[in-house]
Amino acid sequence: MGNTTSFGVTAVLALSVSATAAFADNVKIAFIDPLSGPFASTGTNGLHQFEFAAEALVNDKGGVLDGDMFEILAFDNKTSPKESLIQLQVAIDQGARYIVQGNGSGPAHALTDAIKKHNKRNPDSQVLFLNYAAVDPALTNEKCSFWHFRFDANADIKMDALTDVIAANEDVQKVYVIGQDYSFGKSVAEAAVANLAEKRPDIEIVGNELHPIGKVKDFTPYARKIVAAETDAVITGNWGSDMLGLGKAIIENGFTGPIYTYYAAGSGITGAFGETGKGTIRLIAEGQINPPATDEATAYYEAFRAKYPEGNIDQPRISNVIAMLAAAIEEAGTATDVVAVANALEGAEFDSMWGSKIIMRPNDHQAIQNMHIAVHTDDGITFDYDNSGFGVVTESEIEMAGMDSTSTCDMKRPK
Amino acid sequence: MDLILVNLIDGLVTGLLLFMLSAGLTLIFSMMGVLNFAHASFYMLGAYFAYQISLFMGFWMGLLIAPVIVGLAGAGIERYGLRRVHQYGHVPELIFTFGLALLIEEIVQFIWGKNQMPYSPPEILQFTLFSIAGNAIPAYKIFMLCMSMGIFIALLYVLTRTRVGMVIQAALSYPKTVEALGHNVPLVFMGVFGVGTALAGVAGVIAGPVLGTFPGMAFLLGSIVFVTIVIGGLGSLWGALVASLLIGWITTFAASYNVAMADILVAVGFEKPADLSESALRDLWSLTLPQIGPILPYLLMVLILVFRPYGLFGKRDV
Amino acid sequence: MNRQAVQNQTTAPQGGVTLATALPWIISTIVLLFIPLVFTSNSAITIMNQMAITIIFALAYNMLLGQGGMLSFGHAIYMGFGGFVSVHVINYVEDYSLPLPLPVLPLLGGLAGLALAILIGSFSTRKAGTVFAMISLGVGELIAACSVIIVVFFGGEEGVSGDRTYGLPVFGIEFLQQIEVYYLIVFWLLLSALLMYLFSRTPVGRMANAVRDNPERAEFLGYSARWVRFFSFCASGFFCGIAGGLFAINYEILTEENLNLVQSGSILLITFLGGVGFFFGPIIGAIVFTLLSTVLSLQTDLWQLYVGALFLAAVMYFPGGLAGVIMMHWPAFKMGNIRLLIGPYIKTFTPCLVGILGTAALIEMTFHFRHAAIGDEEMTLFWTTFNSHSVLPWLLVVAVTAAAFWLTRRNLPEMVAAWHTANSLPGVSK
Repeated sequence: MGNTTSFGVTAVLALSVSATAAFADNVKIAFIDPLSGPFASTGTNGLHQFEFAAEALVNDKGGVLDGDMFEILAFDNKTSPKESLIQLQVAIDQGARYIVQGNGSGPAHALTDAIKKHNKRNPDSQVLFLNYAAVDPALTNEKCSFWHFRFDANADIKMDALTDVIAANEDVQKVYVIGQDYSFGKSVAEAAVANLAEKRPDIEIVGNELHPIGKVKDFTPYARKIVAAETDAVITGNWGSDMLGLGKAIIENGFTGPIYTYYAAGSGITGAFGETGKGTIRLIAEGQINPPATDEATAYYEAFRAKYPEGNIDQPRISNVIAMLAAAIEEAGTATDVVAVANALEGAEFDSMWGSKIIMRPNDHQAIQNMHIAVHTDDGITFDYDNSGFGVVTESEIEMAGMDSTSTCDMKRPK
Repeated sequence: MDLILVNLIDGLVTGLLLFMLSAGLTLIFSMMGVLNFAHASFYMLGAYFAYQISLFMGFWMGLLIAPVIVGLAGAGIERYGLRRVHQYGHVPELIFTFGLALLIEEIVQFIWGKNQMPYSPPEILQFTLFSIAGNAIPAYKIFMLCMSMGIFIALLYVLTRTRVGMVIQAALSYPKTVEALGHNVPLVFMGVFGVGTALAGVAGVIAGPVLGTFPGMAFLLGSIVFVTIVIGGLGSLWGALVASLLIGWITTFAASYNVAMADILVAVGFEKPADLSESALRDLWSLTLPQIGPILPYLLMVLILVFRPYGLFGKRDV
Repeated sequence: MNRQAVQNQTTAPQGGVTLATALPWIISTIVLLFIPLVFTSNSAITIMNQMAITIIFALAYNMLLGQGGMLSFGHAIYMGFGGFVSVHVINYVEDYSLPLPLPVLPLLGGLAGLALAILIGSFSTRKAGTVFAMISLGVGELIAACSVIIVVFFGGEEGVSGDRTYGLPVFGIEFLQQIEVYYLIVFWLLLSALLMYLFSRTPVGRMANAVRDNPERAEFLGYSARWVRFFSFCASGFFCGIAGGLFAINYEILTEENLNLVQSGSILLITFLGGVGFFFGPIIGAIVFTLLSTVLSLQTDLWQLYVGALFLAAVMYFPGGLAGVIMMHWPAFKMGNIRLLIGPYIKTFTPCLVGILGTAALIEMTFHFRHAAIGDEEMTLFWTTFNSHSVLPWLLVVAVTAAAFWLTRRNLPEMVAAWHTANSLPGVSK
């Protein structure tokens, strides 16, 4: 037993030593997301977007400070909180001071909790957590932390924006809410009900239900109920195969109204919906893909496509993370003192190429930006998803969504 | 009332699809004593092969060719993998199929990637056959129904009316005696394994377009197939049929009716706490039937095993 | 090796405590105590912590699978439940400032695991074989599903977290650093491993073997097969709970993943890969698997493909697991013939290894060829950087791989012959 252990740990050690020794002056950003397992396609695509953003927005322009380059280190957390914590430790040992993660609120909660403890216990190797996609509102409310910054709008803000659009549509009299049975699905449902009751009390919620996550084989019975309820619109926070299965079942059973979703694009879902979802599937997201908001965005996307012909920029905020981090490092004048960088990020304002100004709200570290509601179609698509000819075209824009939303965050700041 | 009829049809489709998988599995299980964990992986292979073939030769050729390839692959795995492990006993055999399921999933991801495949029903079946009170019944659903019925009847005919079927039935109960009578039992095993996996392949071909073709599709269905044959009773084709339909209808109806736990508790005489967020039982109070629908088959299986260890129609312990 | 032979090896020779039986324990203790002095980085210690927890879990699992012949598909729930109870205790103790020192927490986790095992075991152990396996699958699935439904206890998707540094320092240790946790885990690892080993020597432990091999004859001896299974099951649940308590201390968070079928499946893989027939088998399995999942996954995205292939190969060719492979050499070693094997082994396994690595290289190259970014044709493999889109590296790797396998095949008979010679008594061999 001893022999095997020492062999293995030698391997680990050799690995961490070699990685630490290699580039001393790089700003290391650890990407901790699934690179294997069921969500690997989203993770791999996100990694490509990070690598491309670091290259195009920072390194090609001469880096930050005195030519320090951004280096993305990739770690596979298999969407597991436990593995995320192990990889966090490896990442810190390899010299990463910035952690980016996004897929799954479970790992995000584990990471923010662990980073809070790590920074308290190890003041000489503190790290920042830049969350680019985990949208559980708790992360910027009761579980908020000085070390955590969220660059995506949280589920409540998205729902706030979404219900603004629904409320403006007089044709919608009945709404059906359906989601996966876990924290995110529940908070989507709660926010939908609360927002609609406030903005359009006349709208009737004809259905509000949860289904087990990742266990439903056939969504037909759910679709039957939705059709039978004669609803005008459907709201769902589903993702992955649950999104595709639900959407397809609803449409195939004769529903023609809008299906408002959070995650029905990219990662093969756009391709699989294809003609079926045209004009029905709506998506709420921060960046505007079609029509491209700026010339810079067009050039950026084209360069990305040239490098990754099979990739999608389905998370435009990733380039905001990199650009805002670079700006904050420049402003703080250091990349190693993460408290100074965090202070620079707090309240930072940034003009994104995706057609929005971004403000990092200081009291809860939630980015405030424009939201876009886009429709799944093949008309007027400049950049499609999954090379399918289909993509999302922006229908409406909500400026600075959630600007005045409240937060219960009571942040403890380092002295 | 109309909705009940619609749900009956939907449940029938789900149930018969499940039957195509469980029929092969129950034959394999009772004959070789192997809990074939990889059975649903052959279902997945069926869908992927058919998708690949449909890109070049259309859906119908996929339906024809893919199951054959899956069956051959299954027979090959039995011949060169499982038979080798057979000598070590049942547990290693089972673990072999467990590892096989993992490996097949990885290989599928390696070849086709991790995304959903845009595999859809053929154009000719993409219309609404009829509707019941506004609920559309797609023609493809009826096609699935006919396919699985046809396979069930064919299977029943082969097993009860042909010589091969007699040998299989005999080998199910008395493998030693059948071998002593001069039949090549290993060949029968290989054939049954091949046909069983081919059936799973057919199920994959026709279910892939509606339930989605993605690397997780085997895992999603994997354990429920066991549950089906255990509930039905091992080696019983009728048991597999009844259990499949039962599970099909249970999950469909459970998903369709929002029976809330709170209503039941109030009806039984409990008083709903005024402030749920403080109550330790708040999750119980907010429980609804669709939330637990997909796990009901497991509950049913545990109950059946505790009280009737040989399943509904089985004649011996599982 | 037939099945009977694999299983019979579990029965260790009788005898009191001798140097030979105590020696492995002493060596392991020394190694475990001093290893952090060699590998000081936090990540190495984190990985060792994970290994140690997995070892306890795998040993506890093997009490059922190896010693009792009971196949459980839902064993993660006992470890998970112990962990959840522990993390709740951490929070409870912190809220009410109770004087509970952290080092005894795993005991509470163990008791929680035991309680759940008594409850479930009361009906699931009535039958062995497939009935037991399927009940464990059903119960495992039910409890895993409950974990997202019963948010009060399981915390939903984000799980339940706590802070292990809650209470007063124990002997001046506050458990702020990973290294302090490491020694706590090592203490529990040694204690649980020893207790589990001793359990296998008690009458109940011995009867578990008998019930596994032939329940009817065991009943004739006056033992109820059912109660023997029940006792093994409860003991296993207890040690799983201890592993869960340690998990709670190490990670300070418990989530749904601690209960689900993936976790239950991987412990089955780990135990079987290590070898169910030997007490130390699961230990090897846990070490190898943890390394594969943490270190190999840093190297390649395809690591699960390799793990799957390795696992399948192990089941097909080494049903005794890695421990079985090691123990196969014991007779030759005892006869002093082991040196006869060294030469042939080197001659056969070196090309074999090259061939396997070559195959892996081909897989990696195919993957890179298909998925690499345009213009990014360089890839690095085995410390060599080359262009995956040019023909030369492909030809080279294919040639090396083919040659390596050809060499393996050619040298195989020699190795088999050497194996027979080494395992024959002097004079008997031709």
